[in-house]
Amino acid sequence: MSVMTISEALHEALRGEMLRDPKVFTIGEECGFDGLYGVSTDLEKEFGDKRVIATPISEAGFVGMSVGAAMRGMRPVAELMYIDFIGVCMDQIINQAAKMCYMTGGQVSVPMVLRLPMGSGRRNAGQHSQNLESLLTHIPGLKIVAPITPCDAKGMLTAAIRDDDPVVMLEHKLCYNIRGEVPDGDYTVPFGKAAVRREGTDVTLIGWSRQVLNALEAAEILEKEGISAEVVDIRSLVPLDFDTIAASVSKTGRAVVAQECVNRGGYGGEISAQISENLFGALKAPVVRIGAKNIVPPFAHTLEDAFFPNTADIAAAVRKMMREEGSACG
Amino acid sequence: METGVLLDMYRDMVRIRKFECKIVDDCFPKGMLYGNFHTCIGQEGAVVGACCALDKKDFLTTTHRGHGHCIAKGMDTGRMMAELFGRETGYCRGRGGSLHVADVSRGILGANGIVGGGIPIATGSALASWINGTDEVTACFFGEGASNEGTFHESVNMAAIWKLPVVYICENNQWAVNTPAEAVLNTPGVAERAAGYGIPGVRVDGNDAEAVYEAVRTAVERARSGGGPSIVELYTFRMRAHNSSDKEIRSQELRDAWEEKSPIKRLREKLLAGGVAEKTLEELEAEADAEIEEACEFAAASKYPAPETVCENVYKNDNERSVVR
Repeated sequence: MSVMTISEALHEALRGEMLRDPKVFTIGEECGFDGLYGVSTDLEKEFGDKRVIATPISEAGFVGMSVGAAMRGMRPVAELMYIDFIGVCMDQIINQAAKMCYMTGGQVSVPMVLRLPMGSGRRNAGQHSQNLESLLTHIPGLKIVAPITPCDAKGMLTAAIRDDDPVVMLEHKLCYNIRGEVPDGDYTVPFGKAAVRREGTDVTLIGWSRQVLNALEAAEILEKEGISAEVVDIRSLVPLDFDTIAASVSKTGRAVVAQECVNRGGYGGEISAQISENLFGALKAPVVRIGAKNIVPPFAHTLEDAFFPNTADIAAAVRKMMREEGSACG
Repeated sequence: METGVLLDMYRDMVRIRKFECKIVDDCFPKGMLYGNFHTCIGQEGAVVGACCALDKKDFLTTTHRGHGHCIAKGMDTGRMMAELFGRETGYCRGRGGSLHVADVSRGILGANGIVGGGIPIATGSALASWINGTDEVTACFFGEGASNEGTFHESVNMAAIWKLPVVYICENNQWAVNTPAEAVLNTPGVAERAAGYGIPGVRVDGNDAEAVYEAVRTAVERARSGGGPSIVELYTFRMRAHNSSDKEIRSQELRDAWEEKSPIKRLREKLLAGGVAEKTLEELEAEADAEIEEACEFAAASKYPAPETVCENVYKNDNERSVVR
């Protein structure tokens, strides 16, 4: 066991898989240097420029090339600098990578990983601050994961590289330096298994990526007020471990889904709907979604901080839920 | 070129023509199948000449107009037809249809319904050979219309930088649906664009199968020996409307003029002039007829996929759970 950052954990996973399997390569802008956030530091020196491929600024080109290479049995790990740039290569993600296995009747799969740094809070304004994962959860054929601990980061990137399907890794830009314990050597964290990060009895807080950290902070605050919150880190958006969500919500009877993407049409709405459809009888209050405002990410910090949800928003939603329920009951 | 090779090319051109005519002139009007079919009728010289220049181990990506490349690279016409009929016995189990027919085991990485969508995929296939240090070449088929997509520019540029073993084969059939090439290209064709990437670019008569073969063969050999990519533009003409549901807007006069330049007619005359007996060609044509009839019977007799299999093959691993949630 070692203590390291998420960035170092991702590096360890990528390096480990490149050592283990000559079919693994990484491709993207600047990845021959440190890559974004240091994930590919020194890999080019170790593996050469045919396995650490620094590309021109051509996202549609190199994401599509990853699809083609994957169809030939390679295991590309492609990285975009920001999830916002999926706009320029969306066809290759949604019409090519996601659909090849089905359209060919299972003749071929696309074992590629697409690493997408995302997230608000870096004062990068409208085109570099989004959380666009909900555009991708809508597309059958993609698997989508969002590790938020160093241990999960290493285990899920390893699992993603070994998976035979296209996997989108959502990496929060503000979280690359989070430190934590990481097992040594080779391991995977399987997809479709949520983690209960904190146990509680009154309300279930459900989220992924950085909103899990906010939910944990909110749970601390609420505990002091006598409210016991359970926190479920879904980790894997597709496939989704609804069983863990259901077990928790059945116990607490209340659910708040926290998402950093804009609230309208966000994946949290899907989770919310599944809870309502399947657990209506167990609910003591309507499911509540917390998300960013339905606006463009602003630049000024006063505006950006008002744009995306934070710990206080989650805590406030829980208090409101408990209060309204109390008044409804007289 | 040896007569035997020319005869093989002629056979494939005739098989492709009969396959496509069977679909759009017989099966489709009779309601035996549904969808849209984009034929390469009139372009068989380009299709077969180019595919003939590939080795068995080589790969290709094709387009919405891809039946010809699939047949020329060795796919079985029965299973092809079954796919177009949406049957379980089709290459893609009826999941892909005409626009997505593929046979990866034969190096056919698929037709593609998105214009320009296959260009990065072909380039990625070449990247795989480059990383592995193996000597397969990937042929990337596309039309002059696709050369205006950004994926073309990005892919050709990267292939040129790294000298990837890929040949960009532009079948310039002069029409993108109903838009003429001269309305969307400021150059006489697509070959001129090669200069912008510092790679060879040639334009040849796409209705001369032998000339196509020679030009593509040169580019394939260059790619295989580490010389990098080329653009080979095959100037041809699509004899039918964009697809089986589209109206023909081009003049009869224009189409008649190109009918005179038909690649099949042309190769047939060349073979006869070279001493091949007409009877040999007639036998070959009759064999193709019989093959396509049999393919059609096979397709029509095959079962549609069972509805309960609709969710299969979305994912290779953990499919059921990934589809449900």
